[in-house]
Amino acid sequence: MTWLAWRQARGPIAVAAAAVVAVALVAADAGRADATVRLWLSTVVVVAPGLLGVFLGAPLVAEELQSGTFRLAWTQDAGRVRWLALRLVVTAAACVAAAGLVSWIVTWWAGPVDRAGLDQFGSFDSRDIVPVGYAAFAFTLGALAGALARKTVPAMVVTLVAFTAARSTFRLLVRPHLLPPLVKAVPLDPATTGYGSSGMWPFIPGPALQPAPPGIPDAWITSVSILDRGGRGLTGSELARMCPGIGQRPAGRAPGGGSGHAQAPPGVVSAMHECVTRVAATYHEVVAYQPASRYWPLQWLELGIFLAAALLVAGACAWQVRRIG
Amino acid sequence: MPGRRCQPGVSGRHRAGTGGGVDLSPVDYAIEANGLGKRYGRRWALAECILRVPAGQVTGLVGPNGAGKTTLLELAAGLLRPTTGAIRVSGRVGFVAQDAPLYAGLSVADHLRLGQALNDRWDAVLARRRVLAAVLDLRQRAGRLSGGQRAQLALTLAVAKLPQLLILDEPVANLDPLARRQFLDSVAEAVAASGEGITVIFSSHLVADLERACGYLILLAASQVRLAGPVGTLLASSARFASLDDLVVSYLREVPR
Repeated sequence: MTWLAWRQARGPIAVAAAAVVAVALVAADAGRADATVRLWLSTVVVVAPGLLGVFLGAPLVAEELQSGTFRLAWTQDAGRVRWLALRLVVTAAACVAAAGLVSWIVTWWAGPVDRAGLDQFGSFDSRDIVPVGYAAFAFTLGALAGALARKTVPAMVVTLVAFTAARSTFRLLVRPHLLPPLVKAVPLDPATTGYGSSGMWPFIPGPALQPAPPGIPDAWITSVSILDRGGRGLTGSELARMCPGIGQRPAGRAPGGGSGHAQAPPGVVSAMHECVTRVAATYHEVVAYQPASRYWPLQWLELGIFLAAALLVAGACAWQVRRIG
Repeated sequence: MPGRRCQPGVSGRHRAGTGGGVDLSPVDYAIEANGLGKRYGRRWALAECILRVPAGQVTGLVGPNGAGKTTLLELAAGLLRPTTGAIRVSGRVGFVAQDAPLYAGLSVADHLRLGQALNDRWDAVLARRRVLAAVLDLRQRAGRLSGGQRAQLALTLAVAKLPQLLILDEPVANLDPLARRQFLDSVAEAVAASGEGITVIFSSHLVADLERACGYLILLAASQVRLAGPVGTLLASSARFASLDDLVVSYLREVPR
């Protein structure tokens, strides 16, 4: 029976295998210092799970429903749930193998540069074992979307959107809290503390003091905050009281005309320096971070969570397939 | 006869016109349905339906387009779930859906392998013999088969699993007259070849297709069974009809639209 599942997904599996071979050839050929190749290979690992979900997961049930062949497949002795289980297991194995191989090749290839860079968390999504969990999850999500949408192209779109949303949400909101972060307090350094706003659209907070995080080798700094001894944060009004005129342009000077990093005028620099020194008398910088030793526990944890989610989604898919009709 | 509602089938074996002598064994039904209804959105494709399909015979299900024939057969095949009531089917079912759906990219041989993979019982020798008899090339992709060839391959898949009940939904609707005749002959052959007395039910909107092949007739119109009985009995009971076609048409005229 394995033959049938394999036979029906032969085309996309062949494409995925060709992509794995292409990645291996590029890795064998390119110098490890080549930044462009490095970016490309990391991108392949990042997008591969989503593509597997779209092209192997979404059509799995949807294509049968759309073309009417489910009337043939589901009226054999095996029944629709056994039929689904068989196809899910075989095709999921292909997805997991493809994503795992690509990640393994790229991790091996990028290893020396990764280790020298001391920023292992910077490439957390595109190295080691987490891509396997993403691939399993994206694939089952595709199958469920197909069983719900009953048409291939809408199922593909839903798969891509839902998977991207789930993965981004996890990365931004869940991963930082999977393990309680360690906390380190350091004095505010007037030489490295700036003022401005940071964040990505649509999460753009108001302007505030921006202290530079301390150098903790290979760690993932999840948050930097400015607190007083009682643990209260520095509010905007408190900052305005301590440093009147902060953030305002110095009188009589036009801004730099958008030509990149213009050196701030000396008056502004010294005013900023004084302000931070004043704030540092009562406030200090508190950094929450995941130390280097947490890299593998977090990889395993995230892999486990995505595999468990894949199982749940596969169950939901079986339930939906039973319900059709 | 105004106000005829869903009629229970005339009990099959006792009065079947085909067998000759009177059979006193209890009547077996291959399909039995009570209060069967299926709703799509706000429309009832089938409502309050009572149905008895006698075992061991060829039953024709006739009715105009949209009468609920496909819904009824797909309920029997387990593809649909009833909205109301229940349908009971005894034995293994071989099903050929309308337009004989096949995998366009898979070859004839792949389809036979698929049948073998997905069924507990499978007669590979029978399947191969039937495919060769229908002059199908084993390497040909199903997407390139003619309508008649598709129907033959689909029938082969349904027959080779050695079913006790064979359900065929409009199997000859889109076939030319020659392919139509060949297909009906194949069905007759399959029935003759199965020693255990296979039950066949097939639907058509043309009475002529059924007249030759069927011993039992069920007329479905406007989502209910309007008439059911052995063909011989139906014709004998009303001498004013010259043919089964006339009989069916006269019933259809009375169905509320």
